[in-house]
Amino acid sequence: MSLTVEQTCIIIGASHGGVSAAFALRKEGWQGSILLIDSDPCLPYHRPPLSKAYLTSSDNVQPQIIKPEASYEKNNITLKLGVLVTNFDKENQVVSLNNGEALNYDKLIIATGARPFIPPITGIEQAKNLFALRTQADVEQIREAVTHSKHKRVVIIGGGYIGLETAASIKKLGGEVTVLERESRLLARVTSPEMSDYFKQLHISNGVTIETNQNVKSIQNIDGTQVVCCENEQTFTADIIIVGVGIRVNQELAQQAGLTVENGITVNEQCQTSNENIFAIGDCAYHHNKHYDRWLRLESVQNAVDQAKISAAVICGKDVSYDALPWFWSDQFDVKLQMVGLATGYDDVIIRKEVEEASKFSVWYFKGAELLAVDAINHAKAYVLGTKLIKNKTVINKTQLANEELPLSIDNLT
Amino acid sequence: MAKITFITQDDEQITLEADSGSVMELAVENGIAGIDGDCGGVCSCATCHVHVKPEHQAKVGEASEIEQDMLELDDEANEYSRLCCQIEVSDDIDGVIFKVAH
Repeated sequence: MSLTVEQTCIIIGASHGGVSAAFALRKEGWQGSILLIDSDPCLPYHRPPLSKAYLTSSDNVQPQIIKPEASYEKNNITLKLGVLVTNFDKENQVVSLNNGEALNYDKLIIATGARPFIPPITGIEQAKNLFALRTQADVEQIREAVTHSKHKRVVIIGGGYIGLETAASIKKLGGEVTVLERESRLLARVTSPEMSDYFKQLHISNGVTIETNQNVKSIQNIDGTQVVCCENEQTFTADIIIVGVGIRVNQELAQQAGLTVENGITVNEQCQTSNENIFAIGDCAYHHNKHYDRWLRLESVQNAVDQAKISAAVICGKDVSYDALPWFWSDQFDVKLQMVGLATGYDDVIIRKEVEEASKFSVWYFKGAELLAVDAINHAKAYVLGTKLIKNKTVINKTQLANEELPLSIDNLT
Repeated sequence: MAKITFITQDDEQITLEADSGSVMELAVENGIAGIDGDCGGVCSCATCHVHVKPEHQAKVGEASEIEQDMLELDDEANEYSRLCCQIEVSDDIDGVIFKVAH
């Protein structure tokens, strides 16, 4: 397909994936119109800081925008914010909006991401000061609720990254924070027992109450006091409740349009869906990871940006395919966690400590001889070395890795 | 107000003025090619790598341990490397030139 000014690319979803795709299209030579649509009325912003720095910032601090408004104008990218896509028709190549507009496209990129899952807990609909955390508006409401609450008793349902980052931030705002986790350990779905223990201790030592094996059954109002009730009959008073129990993929539009959808919108290694003119990227894309030879969905900025670049290049006729090693980060209190790779299926763990640097350590996950993933605490070097070793599938010397006397370096590990 | 100059990989030279924020934010706001700042400025992604002009290094300061660690295996890293999300804009760095590393 030759690129002409008459063509239109529509991008549904203006978060990291959608915005990156829009700018990448221009960089790759897309001549036609680019329409970037999102139901969120705010100029697209960084999401990771929402549960961290943005939650603890003062009221007049602006959220961190991904690109300034002038950059969209300069690159001739049309933002349509605060409007909802009601459906799209893949045969006629039309996207319909809730304001009655119908827009034709030549290429369509779905970057719809995900939304917080609100579990069917009795009384959750009537609960007061109950929030999920996904958008700028969510965070502004949480911050205001905490600031104006007299007792600031905050119950966080869910001990995953969002729950824990939010716990650390609300603690900083002066809240009395309790985290209720259904599983027997924190971060059960995403990390090892070793890391779970570390984060549990970190939060406890910073004054957060951590309750595991707590399955929330109902939220009740008892004599004017809101309480969260668990299956084991324990109750927790909650002036404010934050729900962080995972997400649901925004895949309904794709499903209704007849695209193949599994655990997310299924795409090939060019980020192309079952329709050749439609691409899906980021949190909503169910894709194959070459390195691990596995189908998966990733919830991360990095993946959204990587797939955005691939989809844009493919649309502009480039012969590229997705082949990325996943990485993530989390900041809680003064601890910096950096993760690379996917530990799923590991059968061996080495915990590497550093002599005279008690705040630093790293956890190395193996399947047999193969290094699968590294979690690094305050230890960018372990993260960087791990990235290189995983990428190259280097067989590393586990005995030397475990030996704190030897400095952490490629030479000492291979 | 500090005047800060970026030189991109295509040898485009752009001089900008600012009085606060990080050098990375200034670059992203002005669309400097090669400075992405994907992590938003928390020293997690290494997509804001610059080389400080040697004669300006004293003004800007050297890379912190975390920056050095993040750049340890970067082929373009040298003694003048910085991750510019970690450099604050102030009058102290007026006139400094940064060469974008990638």
